[in-house]
Amino acid sequence: MGRKTSPSPVEKGYQELQKKHELKRPVFKNCIRAFLVGGFICTIGQAITYFYIYYFDFTEQTAGNPTVATMIFLSMLLTGFGVYDHIGQFAGAGSAVPVTGFGNSVISAAIEHRTEGMVLGVGGNMFKLAGTVLLFGVFSAFIVALVRTLLTMWGVL
Amino acid sequence: MMLKGKQSWVFQNRPVIEASAVSGGPFEGNGRLAEDFDIIHEDLWMGKDSYEKAHTLLLEEAITTAIKKSGCETEEMEFMLAGDLINQITPSSFAARSLSIPYFGLFGACSTSMEGLALGSFIINYNGAKKIVTGASSHNAAVEKQFRYPTEYGGQKPPTAQWTVTGAGAAVLSNNKNKEGKLVTTSATIGKVVDLGLSDPFNMGGAMAPAAADTIIAHFKDMEIDPSYYDLIVTGDLGRIGQETTYELLRKYGVMLQRERFEDCGLLIYKEDQPVMSGGSGAGCSATVLYGHLLKQMHKGIYSKILVVATGALLSPLSFQQKETIPCIAHAVSIEMSD
Repeated sequence: MGRKTSPSPVEKGYQELQKKHELKRPVFKNCIRAFLVGGFICTIGQAITYFYIYYFDFTEQTAGNPTVATMIFLSMLLTGFGVYDHIGQFAGAGSAVPVTGFGNSVISAAIEHRTEGMVLGVGGNMFKLAGTVLLFGVFSAFIVALVRTLLTMWGVL
Repeated sequence: MMLKGKQSWVFQNRPVIEASAVSGGPFEGNGRLAEDFDIIHEDLWMGKDSYEKAHTLLLEEAITTAIKKSGCETEEMEFMLAGDLINQITPSSFAARSLSIPYFGLFGACSTSMEGLALGSFIINYNGAKKIVTGASSHNAAVEKQFRYPTEYGGQKPPTAQWTVTGAGAAVLSNNKNKEGKLVTTSATIGKVVDLGLSDPFNMGGAMAPAAADTIIAHFKDMEIDPSYYDLIVTGDLGRIGQETTYELLRKYGVMLQRERFEDCGLLIYKEDQPVMSGGSGAGCSATVLYGHLLKQMHKGIYSKILVVATGALLSPLSFQQKETIPCIAHAVSIEMSD
């Protein structure tokens, strides 16, 4: 897989020259933006949670599900109308990490592959970005549960 | 003898660029060179039901318009040389299907435009044909879909990223004996694949710069001329980072370009305020800027000799995932105003 050899002197020399001209990601600015936008999205989520608690028959524990569903629905609208990718370019991790970003990755892929049909296109490609999150999310949940079970069995917890 | 030096062709019969035409999408319509486009589509779908079909349409339109402007019929075209970035170059082949011209499908990534012009000129020069049409195209959404993420995915692109041009450019070449006041191709340098170990697909300019420099150096060496021979040396889609790097690299090897005579199609096509990061890219980038903007400038007499160096990154989404570095190539064609 790939080239294992370390870069030759010519390659090294060029890579150093190239580095001088390469624009760096503005990490600090990106962090600030991610913090603000991510925080804003979470604030909306919090507001929706309160909404479900005060106006419907939900408790603090059960309000999570309808809140996530609502957030993903909003993310779907923003993705479909072509707004979310612009938010993403501005906010980076701020709009990628919350559940709306997960929704966006599923929905954008579904829209993208609509032209290849419902089954092979939408069905086959919908989780091409989110699939890896699901797989490793489930897998790490399994590991954590296993550790917890073992610790409980051994009387540590 | 047509081969000069190691890797350059001299076209002593001077193939004529009879006419050229370019088509583009909405983003290009808002760009700096909007007026140089023959056809601008307001919508990325262009009335088709897939981006790939829209991609095909762009090339068909550029080719048919170029043929019409040359005063010829499609049937008179003996060969068509075209390529693009999509898997198995389907948009070009599908355009060749509807145009029904004997066809060479080319792949040189974003260097395809000059690969086509060089080969077309070669064939004309050696009487392999009387009339040839050549072109290259790319469609932002179709190409992004294949190489990167879905168009609506909210991933953050780094400042080194480039924007794939939606557009096609095509030119009709002929063996016309009357060359007065016409643009002719005089030489071409075929580049070799250069890879100096860069692997970031969001920094194509940086990866392609050594290939551009290599071909430019080879061109001057083979042709035994220096940069002052040309009014303009223009690269395909190096973008801001690639262009600066190429400039410095060339100086390091003793090729002193004049900064104000060194341009990049990827930097010409869009306005400063368009969110294209490091600049435009894609097979359609050099094709639209050369066959639209630059040839018009030459007809106006602003330039009389230019060297076009189209650069291509020969990676695939698969090769990138397998941690391969990015091999790159550049082809140069010299275009002159005949007097």
